[in-house]
Formats: sequence, C-alpha cells, structure tokens
Amino acid sequence: MRKISYSEAIAEAQLQEMQRDEKVILMGLVQKDPYGSAFGQTKGISSVIGEDRIFDMPISEQGYVGAALGAAITGMRPVVELQFQDFITIAMDQIVQQAANMRYMFGGQIKIPLVLRAPTGAYLAAAAQHSHMLESWFAHIPGLKVVLPSDAADAKGLLASAIREDNFVLYFEHKKLYDKKMDVPKEPYTIPIGKAAIKRVGKDITIVAWSFMVSKAIEASQILEKQGISCEVIDLRTVSPLDEEAILKSVAKTNRLLVVQEGYWNSSVATSVSALVAEKGFDYLDAPITLITAKEVPIPFAPVLENYVLPQTNNIVETAQKILNKI
Amino acid sequence: MEKSIAQQIYKKMYAIRVFEEKVEVLFAKGELPGFVHLYIGQEACAVGVCANLSPEDYITSTHRGHGHCIAKGGRLDRMMAELFAKKTGYNHGKGGSMHLAASEIGILGANGVTAGGVPVAVGAALSSKIQNQGRVAVAFMGDGSTNQGTFHESVNLAAAFKLPVVFAVENNQFGVGTRFCTISNEPDIAKRAAGYNIPGVIVDGMDVVAVYQEAKKAIEYAKAGNGPTILEMKTWRYRMHFQGEPATYRNDIEETEWIKKDPLEIAKTKLKSMGLLDNAMIVDIEESVQKKLDEAVEFARNSPDPMPEDALTDLFA
Ligand SMILES: Cc1ncc(C[n+]2csc(CCOP(=O)(O)OP(=O)(O)O)c2C)c(N)n1
Repeated sequence: MRKISYSEAIAEAQLQEMQRDEKVILMGLVQKDPYGSAFGQTKGISSVIGEDRIFDMPISEQGYVGAALGAAITGMRPVVELQFQDFITIAMDQIVQQAANMRYMFGGQIKIPLVLRAPTGAYLAAAAQHSHMLESWFAHIPGLKVVLPSDAADAKGLLASAIREDNFVLYFEHKKLYDKKMDVPKEPYTIPIGKAAIKRVGKDITIVAWSFMVSKAIEASQILEKQGISCEVIDLRTVSPLDEEAILKSVAKTNRLLVVQEGYWNSSVATSVSALVAEKGFDYLDAPITLITAKEVPIPFAPVLENYVLPQTNNIVETAQKILNKI
Repeated sequence: MEKSIAQQIYKKMYAIRVFEEKVEVLFAKGELPGFVHLYIGQEACAVGVCANLSPEDYITSTHRGHGHCIAKGGRLDRMMAELFAKKTGYNHGKGGSMHLAASEIGILGANGVTAGGVPVAVGAALSSKIQNQGRVAVAFMGDGSTNQGTFHESVNLAAAFKLPVVFAVENNQFGVGTRFCTISNEPDIAKRAAGYNIPGVIVDGMDVVAVYQEAKKAIEYAKAGNGPTILEMKTWRYRMHFQGEPATYRNDIEETEWIKKDPLEIAKTKLKSMGLLDNAMIVDIEESVQKKLDEAVEFARNSPDPMPEDALTDLFA
C-alpha cells in the first residue's frame, strides 16, 4: 500500500467525495490550486474538479460559514473550512445558534449535510490565538457531531463519513499531524462516526485520548511496555456523541483509567469521560480516575512555557506508573 | 514638514527594513520559533501615519505588526527579545511576533485575528473622548480585514459617535494568496466611507510624504471631534505572506513594477528634494540604526529564557 500524509488523506477524501457526488462543494480561504489550503488539505482538487465547486472566500468567517449552512439546507453538501480552528469564535452564531438548533427547532423539517473542517491544536509556538483545542465547547452543544482524526487513515475514512452524513459534523484536524505519513487505502472507504477505536491493546490501564494525544499515548505506552506495564489506548475519534460502550468495556478489562487531553480540564471532554466512568463503571475501578490536561492559561509563545503548559509523553508515563503504584 | 520629522521618518523606515531583513535571516536559520510575517515593502504606511502620533495616542496592529511597533516607538531590543521568546521581550515571551504589545507607548497589541484589533481601537477612541484626553486611535489593518463583520460594525459605531479614530487600511492587494479583487466587488476600500458618511481617502502607500500628509489631515480631523476617516494606502508586501510560505500566486511583472517603487528610495528622493534630508544625514541615520539593531540581536541572544513556571503568571490582575 502507498503511504500518504494526513493532509493528503484529507484532500483525497474530499476529491473522491466530490467525484462521487456533484453536490459536494468546498468553501474556505485559499482552497484552489496552487495554494490548496493553508496546510495542503485541498491540494490538487481544483486542478481535477475544475473551479465551479470550490470557492476561495473573503476573510469573513461568520458570513461564509453561514452561507455554507444556507447551501446545505437547500440541496448542496458543503465542506466549509476555517484556516485555523481558533477563528471559529467569529462564526459562533452561525454554528451554535443557527446550525446546531435549526433542524430540531424547525421540528425536523430540514437536513443539514454540512461539514466544517478546521486545523486545531498547539505545540507549534504559534501562541494563544493559533493554538486552541476547542472540541469541548462543541461537545457541549446538542445538534453537533465532533470528530477529531488521529492519523491519516482515520482522517480519510472519517471525512468521507462526515461528508456523506446528513447532519452537521465538525471535523477538527490537528496541525501536528499534517505531515505524518502512513498506509492509506487508495479506494474510498468510510469509518463510522460515533465509534471509538482501540489503537493499542493492553490489560493494565486504559488510556483514553483523541487527536494528537493518541500519538503521545502510544509513545508513552511503548515506554511503559518496557517497564512491564501494558496500556490499552482508546482513540475516541468522535468526542460527541461519545462511544460510551467502548470506554466502559476497556475499563472493565483494565480497571484503571487515564484520560489525556490537550485542552483544558474545566468542563471538557475529559471530565465527561471521567464522569461517565464514575457513574456507570465505578465498580470496575481499582484506582482513582486520572486526567492529564493543559494547565489553565492561554497557550504561551515561548517553547519552554508552551511545553510546560501542555501534556507531554513523560507526564503520561509518570502518571501511569503512579496509578499502578510503580513509583 | 519639519526637518526633525523628516529624519525621524527616514530613520524609522530604515529601521523597519533592516529589522525585518535581520528577522528573515534569523528565522531561516531557525533561531526564532513560531511564525513571522514580514512588513518589508509597506514601511511608508506605518511610518507615514505614526509620524503624526504622540506616545499617548493609540494604535492597534496586525499579524504583520513589526513595522507598526517600530513606527510607534517600539524598542528594537525588546521586540527582538520577544521574537527570540526571551523573558526580556515586550511580552515576556508569552506573545511572540504576532502579539507584540507595548501599552506604555500606546501599542495595544499586534493581533493574530484578522480585524481583531479594529473594534479595540474604536474603544480606545471612546475612552479618550469620555476622559477628554485628546488622543486619537489608529486601527491598522490589511485589505483582508475589511471583509470582516467587525470592520463594518466598528466603522459604523465610530462614525455614529464621531469618535477620534482612523481606519488605516494597508491595501497590499492580497490576503494570503487571495487577490482582493476576486473576493470584493469594489477594489477601492475607501469608497465604502460614503456609506458611513465619513471621509474616505486613497493614498499612494509607497510614498511616505503622501501618507504623512493624508494621515495628518485624518488625525487632525479626528482630534477636532469630527469622527473617523478611512485612509486607504495602496501598497505591496515584498515577501511572501509568512516566511516559509510555499505557494506562489503573484505574477513576476507586477512584482517587478512594485519593487521599482521601493518606499525607502522614494522617501530618500522626496525628502532630499524637499531639502529635509541629505546624503550625510542618511549615512549617519543608517549607521546609528544598524548599531542599534546589532545591539538588539545581542541583547536578545544573551537574554534568559522565561522559567517554565512563568507560564502561570499574568493571567489575572
Ligand atoms: C479571523 C482570521 N481568519 C483568518 C486568519 C488567517 N490569516 C492570517 S493573515 C491573513 C491574511 C490577512 O490579509 P490582510 O488583512 O490583507 O493582511 P496582509 O497579510 O496582506 O498584511 C489570514 C487569512 C486570521 N488570522 N484571522
């Protein structure tokens, strides 16, 4: 099988879905070639499909996200992109007040086959306004599905599902993953939204992660394995709706839970996972649930500060050792 | 124009040029973390406007903000230290290139959000008006910013309340790789002023004397209580959108035409012909700036990193 990068996988999924269904359109900043989006996520598409279904937008996030919503409820299947997830704050009314409420509020009259894609995350010395992980905000809102692929193969299959889905899906891509290459099937395929994946099978402790934190969890697991600690890594893939069954099943097996989240602790996906296991899986637990999250400050620019604020592989290793009373 | 102002203008323009050229080299060598957006080519805009401001007046800036910071009186050493992510930088290493701020000289921050600073400038103008301070606020922005909702909201608000603000639009005709005329039906942004019933002025943004004069009118108009102006400066960025940007999207012919209009060359020619600058002064200015820049780089390199725990300070007052 050929290896392609995460951003190439995203471009390929969009191209194949556009070839499959002429209602799929792309909207965002610098989408057309030669640019093909800020991180190459739409590279090569306008050269193949032509320029009729791919639109380079003005820097008007509220306007063009809203326009994508309008197109979605009237026959198109737009994939709308924000150049960085951080700028979602500007489009918040159209996402939270309009799109998330619309179908329910209208008594189920309409469908919203809309995908919003956006690069998320830190670890790049990009400072406070280009480093956010905001998936927890959206997980809080009924009417939104929130997907965060952790590698290239997942990126392709999850995006194809998102585009084929008749509901609004927020699809957050991690900037640290764009260059990462792996085997990705060439033909189109889908990966179900709302289902977690076991990325590493283990028996001593369950590590729940998503997006870039899956790589960190796997790295930590490899180190821990050498110390005789066997970690099961659950990649949520979708943070809303949560795959409760996958989480509980794993904790039932390992009896220990560590959640690793790049974003902040308060009111987050990590605290929801923890509440879920406390409510429905308390009897499985042999140790307190532990959460590793960012420290509660904006993401600072200087790498020494940024590294201190964000979860690191060694934090995961040490925390797992503590949970298992190995230090 | 007074001689001292002319010299300051050339000094600041030259400082921006060589600062940015230095940053370009340091960034390519990997000495500076993060991202940098260089201001080279647009020196006349920041300097022509800020030459009319006093330290108490306010500016808000953009992701392409090094030029505004120098023009408003920012120190090269503390700026450079911030780009090096050092504790001695203006933001103590917390902000970096895109967030340079120096409130003691009225710099209310560069901004990573397109048009994010525009309403903030309106608020600074409101505050000055309420407190009878006689200060003006200048919102610097690129052409791309003017298609944000906040642009409309800010101009309308400032016009309605006759606030002392100048909307200084640097129209370099591109937002990343998107040509302005492909995403806006009217290439002249200043024409929008008519809809707000305020003055809208278009000026050659490569000519610092022209910018200085038009900015002077707009700032005096604002300080006299008449309200805002949209000051559109037609200009060109000489580098890519950010350093390391892979794509090419501008054509060589227009690139060559704009490079011929180098704002530093125009400034020298014009200011000399006006009898405000001579070759000896130019040599002096360039030498002194070069020295300050070398010192700034040394200062930045030799400054300490912040301590990891410093990350937890500065969140709340
Ligand atoms: C709200 C928002 N959307 C998108 C971006 C990404 N971005 C950074 S700079 C830029 C282009 C800005 O163009 P312009 O305002 O004309 O300034 P220039 O870069 O030409 O100086 C874009 C799209 C951003 N920073 N903020």
